[in-house]
Amino acid sequence: MITFDTRLLAALTVLAVVVMIVSKVRISDVKVLFWFSFVFMILNTFLIFVFSPEHGVTVYGTRHEICHLVWKVYLVKEQLFYLLNIVLKYTSTIPVVILFVSTTDPSEFASSLNRIGVSYKIAYSVSLALRYIPDIQREYHDISIAQQARGLEMASRKQSFLKRLKNAASMLFPLIISSMNRIEVIANAMELRGFGKDKKRTWYSARPFRAADIFSVVVCVLMLAASIVLGIINGGRYFNPFV
Amino acid sequence: MKKSPVILVVAIGIGAALFFVLGRFVAIPTPIPNTNFSLQYALLGFMAGLFGPIAGLLIAFIGHALIDFSYGWGIWWSWVIASAVAGFIMGLASKKLALSEEPFDGKKIIIFNLFQIVAHLVAWGVVAPVFDILIYAEPANKVFTQGLVAGASNIVTTAVVGTLLCFGYTKARPAEGSLKKED
Amino acid sequence: MQEREPIIQFKDFGFKYKSQSEPTLYDINLTICKGEKVLICGPSGCGKTTIAHCINGLIPSSYPGEATGELTIAGSSFRDLDIFKLSKTVGTVLQDSDAQFIGMTVGEDIAFALENDRIPLDQMRERVAEVSMKTGVYSFLRHAPHQLSGGLKQRVSLAGVLVDDVDVLLFDEPLANLDPATGKTTIEMIDELYRTTGKTVIIIEHRLEDVLHRDIDRIVLMGEGRIIADMDSASLLSSDLLKKNGIREPLYITALKYAGVNINEDIRPQRIDTLDLSDEDIAKVQNWYHSVPEKPQPAEAPVILDAKGITFSYGGSAIKALDAVDLTIHKGEMMSIVGKNGAGKSTLSKVICGFERQQKGTIFLSGEDLASMSIKERADHIGYVMQNPNQMISKPMIRDEVALGLVLEGKLSKKEIDRKVDSVLKVCGLYPFRNWPVSALSYGQKKRVTIASILSMDPEIIILDEPTAGQDYRHYTDIMEFLRSLNEMGITIILITHDMHLMIEYCTRAVVLSDSRKIADTSCEEVLTDSEVVEEANLKETSLSVLAGMCGIFDAQDFIRRFITADREARK
Repeated sequence: MITFDTRLLAALTVLAVVVMIVSKVRISDVKVLFWFSFVFMILNTFLIFVFSPEHGVTVYGTRHEICHLVWKVYLVKEQLFYLLNIVLKYTSTIPVVILFVSTTDPSEFASSLNRIGVSYKIAYSVSLALRYIPDIQREYHDISIAQQARGLEMASRKQSFLKRLKNAASMLFPLIISSMNRIEVIANAMELRGFGKDKKRTWYSARPFRAADIFSVVVCVLMLAASIVLGIINGGRYFNPFV
Repeated sequence: MKKSPVILVVAIGIGAALFFVLGRFVAIPTPIPNTNFSLQYALLGFMAGLFGPIAGLLIAFIGHALIDFSYGWGIWWSWVIASAVAGFIMGLASKKLALSEEPFDGKKIIIFNLFQIVAHLVAWGVVAPVFDILIYAEPANKVFTQGLVAGASNIVTTAVVGTLLCFGYTKARPAEGSLKKED
Repeated sequence: MQEREPIIQFKDFGFKYKSQSEPTLYDINLTICKGEKVLICGPSGCGKTTIAHCINGLIPSSYPGEATGELTIAGSSFRDLDIFKLSKTVGTVLQDSDAQFIGMTVGEDIAFALENDRIPLDQMRERVAEVSMKTGVYSFLRHAPHQLSGGLKQRVSLAGVLVDDVDVLLFDEPLANLDPATGKTTIEMIDELYRTTGKTVIIIEHRLEDVLHRDIDRIVLMGEGRIIADMDSASLLSSDLLKKNGIREPLYITALKYAGVNINEDIRPQRIDTLDLSDEDIAKVQNWYHSVPEKPQPAEAPVILDAKGITFSYGGSAIKALDAVDLTIHKGEMMSIVGKNGAGKSTLSKVICGFERQQKGTIFLSGEDLASMSIKERADHIGYVMQNPNQMISKPMIRDEVALGLVLEGKLSKKEIDRKVDSVLKVCGLYPFRNWPVSALSYGQKKRVTIASILSMDPEIIILDEPTAGQDYRHYTDIMEFLRSLNEMGITIILITHDMHLMIEYCTRAVVLSDSRKIADTSCEEVLTDSEVVEEANLKETSLSVLAGMCGIFDAQDFIRRFITADREARK
């Protein structure tokens, strides 16, 4: 998570792409996610450049100028290399996250959280959040349309932003009141069926640990070890080709 | 409503779902082009004020992590942690606010806003940028500028919408006694 | 009958909620024996839900308060029990099946109680499979809640309770959110379960006629926190207690009473299919039928809304939510759109209001094409009232809520707005409450507030989605009479409903939707006597047409029509 060793990041990117291909996830299913992440990555990299065009110089301690851009801004080798690291960091994680999101069964997620040591009550909160997101989204949609019919606007730039926020509060108010009722009824339903009586619980959706799982854990541990070893060799988080 | 541990579990789950829906699908433009107010922090202020610091922390943590997940870029830990810190600090006001028992009047409005301002300053002025530097090795001036912009916007959102929600909620509680029909 | 062993016993029991100044229950003496099937009914606020909460342990676990007297459940005093211990004896099926469905899939939800008991996975699967087969949801184990109909969700709730092998099944208003045919199936399912397992069954419900579709051992009638009657259904129907206490009698009973038939246990009045009428009784009904004047048919008014060939599907889905639906509304009409859940009723109203845009078809309002109008512009002509008033009210104070639309519009001065709001509040009977917070109002009054906030915009048409869902007879009458008075003022009213009583009592015409298509558009009486339409749209034949048949009256439609006329006269 901490490492910025270019070689390790490049290797991880390759690995991520391979895993993505092996997984047989259909590209059309995850296209939107890729697009979002890509835009975010470009935007963030661009912002870093704008705010700190010579951050690479402080990181690597040398300065190899390529050319002058505008005003006091120069294109510097160290900066480009630093930005390459940032991009690699994204490309090594994005496919894995997308894979995780598109292949994880939401029901198994809570039981897995509990297995890795998260208290079952918190794990169940996560499960409830996932369970009720579609319901709340639909409810929000219905409420907001009914309010628009009464002339309540919050996205219109014709109004001052203070007015927009006040309208947002009027829009949210019914959602909050109805959610408070929802909380009460769900809590009753859960208590009536014995939620919270023991320190532990079992999970219907629990998946047994298999050989493939052990294999992936070993891979993860190896990658973590590699990043630590490289950190020691490099004497820091960065691999420095400039010295 | 009694605040049993089960209520807390459900409040965290539903709170996180609300945080997610508002953060993911609701856009209110700010005066700065291409930026939106994050309505979910107003909700967070209210929920944390009602259910306390642990609920605030977990609602923000789970809700924010789910938003990041849904975009596919992976969890941007520094900001998720910052959200959780904001939720926690705002929740510290819950005992003093007593939203489910007492009216939300002048003094309470000040307490609510004091806590939310501190919460957002700590979260976006300190926690988010520091973790950005530690985890993602980003340049300091970029992350501090980003943090302050986000912090300021969240303070405004929470001050207006959060305060109104607390006010509306306390008004909407089943009233006792004092009402008389008028001719 | 042999002496049965009591399983639930209230002795001089009383209860006061901590948050309230007056007790909710007084002097409750009630014994329910093992293997009994009991209906607890009464109007809203009578204390029936509080009794249920005492039996399943939500009192005091979630709702603290002071109890007096004694309550014994399965041999233990309630003071020694808690909600977890009770959950092994009493299984509760809640009214709101969406909130009760907390699992991500059917299987998980059924297993919920087992998970909390730390039952190992393999045993859990076995038990879930067994119970889901019994309740008929086995083939849906991997389905998510939004993929299920209301009836199936309720079966899942039931399965989730049955996994625990409880002795007592407690149903809290099981019919509230179901269409008529599904409600009927639910009552049949409960009855079958009762007969095959011998469990004790307690049903809390105010829709008496629907529950009586199957036999009940005893009815406990409640009012204002006390038990008013505790007797078998035949005796209760023979008395006048139901009417006095705000519970609607079955329609055939009301009709028989109008006809002057003496209702007593001998004619077995508990169910229409057990009813045993003498020739003399039949003659009475016939005479009465001929004595009621025919209702004059209303003159045809000009068309105000004309929708043609409306076709719509959600988010590019291949499944059509509306398939070439035509709808013509006449000025000043009060009509209903009926059909089972998911048939497209709500979608149609959303398309008319512009919340969703049809892919094909046109809508004209007084000759003007609606296509170019925004949501807000349409709303100035067509007001939409959502089913749940809590989802519409966005201001804590009544006055502010009713004024909101006008304030946002910004056309009128503050003084003009005040005057307008005052007059709307007077029309809606809310003027005395104008400075109250909305939260202090009853459900029916909140409904009025939402209608008032729509009325303040002077719409020509109001569409209401299930205006009386879950309401007892008094609130139902209150809301519907109010709507009628608005209708008499010239406002066109469209009701989306699956309440058949509401339809025949208040509407002249019904449009029936089934599977996205319009299958009927005619008078309400005709709809309810057309068995094909009734079956396809999950509606329910009214007991009145059965009664007409029993009494040799061939024109059941006319019988219903005359009954409604007579009933209206009698209730005035």
